[in-house]
Amino acid sequence: MRYVEEFRDPKAAKSVLAAIAQVADEIGATRDKPVHIMEICGGHTHAIFRYGLDKLVHDGIEFIHGPGCPVCVLPRSRVDECIELAELPEVIFTTFGDAMRVPGTKKSLMQAKADGADIRMVYSPLDALELARRNPDREVVFFGLGFETTTPSTAFSIQQAAREGLTNFSVFCNHITVPPPIKALLDDPHMVLDGFVGPGHVSMVIGVHPYDFIAQDYGKPLVVSGFEPLDLLQSVLMVLEQIRDGRAEIENQYARVVPEHGNPASLAAISEVYEPRPTFEWRGLGEIDESGLRIRDAYAAFDAEAKFGIGYGAAKGRAVVEEPEGAACGLVMTGRCKPTDCPKFGTGCTPEMPLGALMVSSEGACAAYYQYGGARATEAAE
Amino acid sequence: MCLGIPGQIIEITDTDRYMGLADVSGVRREVSLLPVTEGPLDDMVGKWVLIHVGFAMAVIDEDEAQKTLEALRGLGEAQETLEQMAEGDKALEEVR
Repeated sequence: MRYVEEFRDPKAAKSVLAAIAQVADEIGATRDKPVHIMEICGGHTHAIFRYGLDKLVHDGIEFIHGPGCPVCVLPRSRVDECIELAELPEVIFTTFGDAMRVPGTKKSLMQAKADGADIRMVYSPLDALELARRNPDREVVFFGLGFETTTPSTAFSIQQAAREGLTNFSVFCNHITVPPPIKALLDDPHMVLDGFVGPGHVSMVIGVHPYDFIAQDYGKPLVVSGFEPLDLLQSVLMVLEQIRDGRAEIENQYARVVPEHGNPASLAAISEVYEPRPTFEWRGLGEIDESGLRIRDAYAAFDAEAKFGIGYGAAKGRAVVEEPEGAACGLVMTGRCKPTDCPKFGTGCTPEMPLGALMVSSEGACAAYYQYGGARATEAAE
Repeated sequence: MCLGIPGQIIEITDTDRYMGLADVSGVRREVSLLPVTEGPLDDMVGKWVLIHVGFAMAVIDEDEAQKTLEALRGLGEAQETLEQMAEGDKALEEVR
C-alpha cells in the first residue's frame, strides 16, 4: 500500500478504501465479475494512475477510461486544418500547448512551427486577443479546443473582441460537449457500464443537471467528483452505494466548487456566442449528434471557419481520415480495450514518438499507462 | 488542460474589462473576473479563485485553494500551468 502514504490524509483514504471493499463485497463484485465504473475525465484518469487508485481499490472494481481528454478525441483532419490555417502567410496561429504535439496526417503543429509557420503557444485566449491588438496587420487565429470548462473562455474573448471592434481576431472553434458522447457510449450494446464518475470542472460550468438523462433514461448512477485522490475514492464509494441501494441518481461529491446550476455568467456567454452543430466528428467514436459547437452567425466575423473556409463546417467539405495503421486508438478511446492491448503500445507508439493523441497528453489513457506502468512493473518485481 | 489553478486576487487592473491581477503560486498574472463577479468588482480583491485558462471560474476558500494546489503539484500540473503562463507572455513579445 505504498501509494496511500502519499495521500494528504492516509487515514481517511484507508477508511474510504475499507468502505469501498465492504460495499463491493455486499454487491458481489469480484475480479471475474467486476463493477465497471467509467471516469469520464482525462484529469481523473491521470490522478487514478498517479496514485495507483485502480490497484488500491477492491479488485471487483474496474475503471473504464472515458473520452474526456479534448486533444485525444480530436480527429487528425482537424490538426491538418490547423496547420493549413497556420501556414497562411497573414496568420498568427495561437493554441494551448496541449495541442502542439498531436499528430496530424503529415505532421504536428510543433513540426509545422519548425517548418516556419507562425504558431504560438498561449496560456489563454486573452493572450491571443492581446496579440491581435498588438499586430493589427496580421490575422490572429485562436484554436478553440476543449469541453465546457474551456468554452466560456473563448466565448468571453469573442464578446470582448466584438466590443472593441477588433477585425483581425478569430476563433477556430472545435469545442465539444461532454453529455452527448456519454449517451453514445450508453447506446452502444458492446459497452458494459455500471456507473460514472463525472468531471468536476465541467460541472463547475454546466452544473449537474445536464446528466439527469443518465439516471432517468438509462438507470445509471453518476457522481460529479473533484480530482484529489480522496475525492475520487469518495465518489467511487458513492457510486457503489447507489448500486447497492438500487438507486440511480446524479450526486455531487464536489459541492465545494460545483454549484448545482453551474456558472450563470459562463452559460450566458456560451449560449450567446455558440450553437450546437447538427453533428460533429470524434476520434474513435465517429459522428455524434449535437456534440460540437459552432459560432453563431451574429459572430461570424470572429469565426475562422467562415473567414478562411477551412474546418469541419466549412463549405468545401472535409476529408474523413482513418486511424493510424495498426493502432487501436478508437478502441482505447471508448474503453473497449486497454492501452496495453494495442499492438503499437510502447513499441511503435511512445510519448516521444506518438502515433495517436492518447499517447501525447498527460490526460490520455495511453500516456498514463506508459508513464506509471513501468514503475508498477518494477514494484511488482521487488 | 481542464484543471484550474487557484490564485488570490490582489488588485483590480481594468474595471471596463473586468480584469484583475492574481497571485498564482508567486507568479502574477492578469485574469478575467467576468465569470465570478456578482457585486462590486472591488469586492473580489483578496478572494481566492480557481483560474482556468485566464478566467476566474469559481470563488473558493483559502483552505480549498491550498488543498487544490497540493493536488496539482502531485500531478505535476501546477508547474505545467505556470510554464504555460510564461509561454503566453513570451508569445506576446515574439516579433516576426
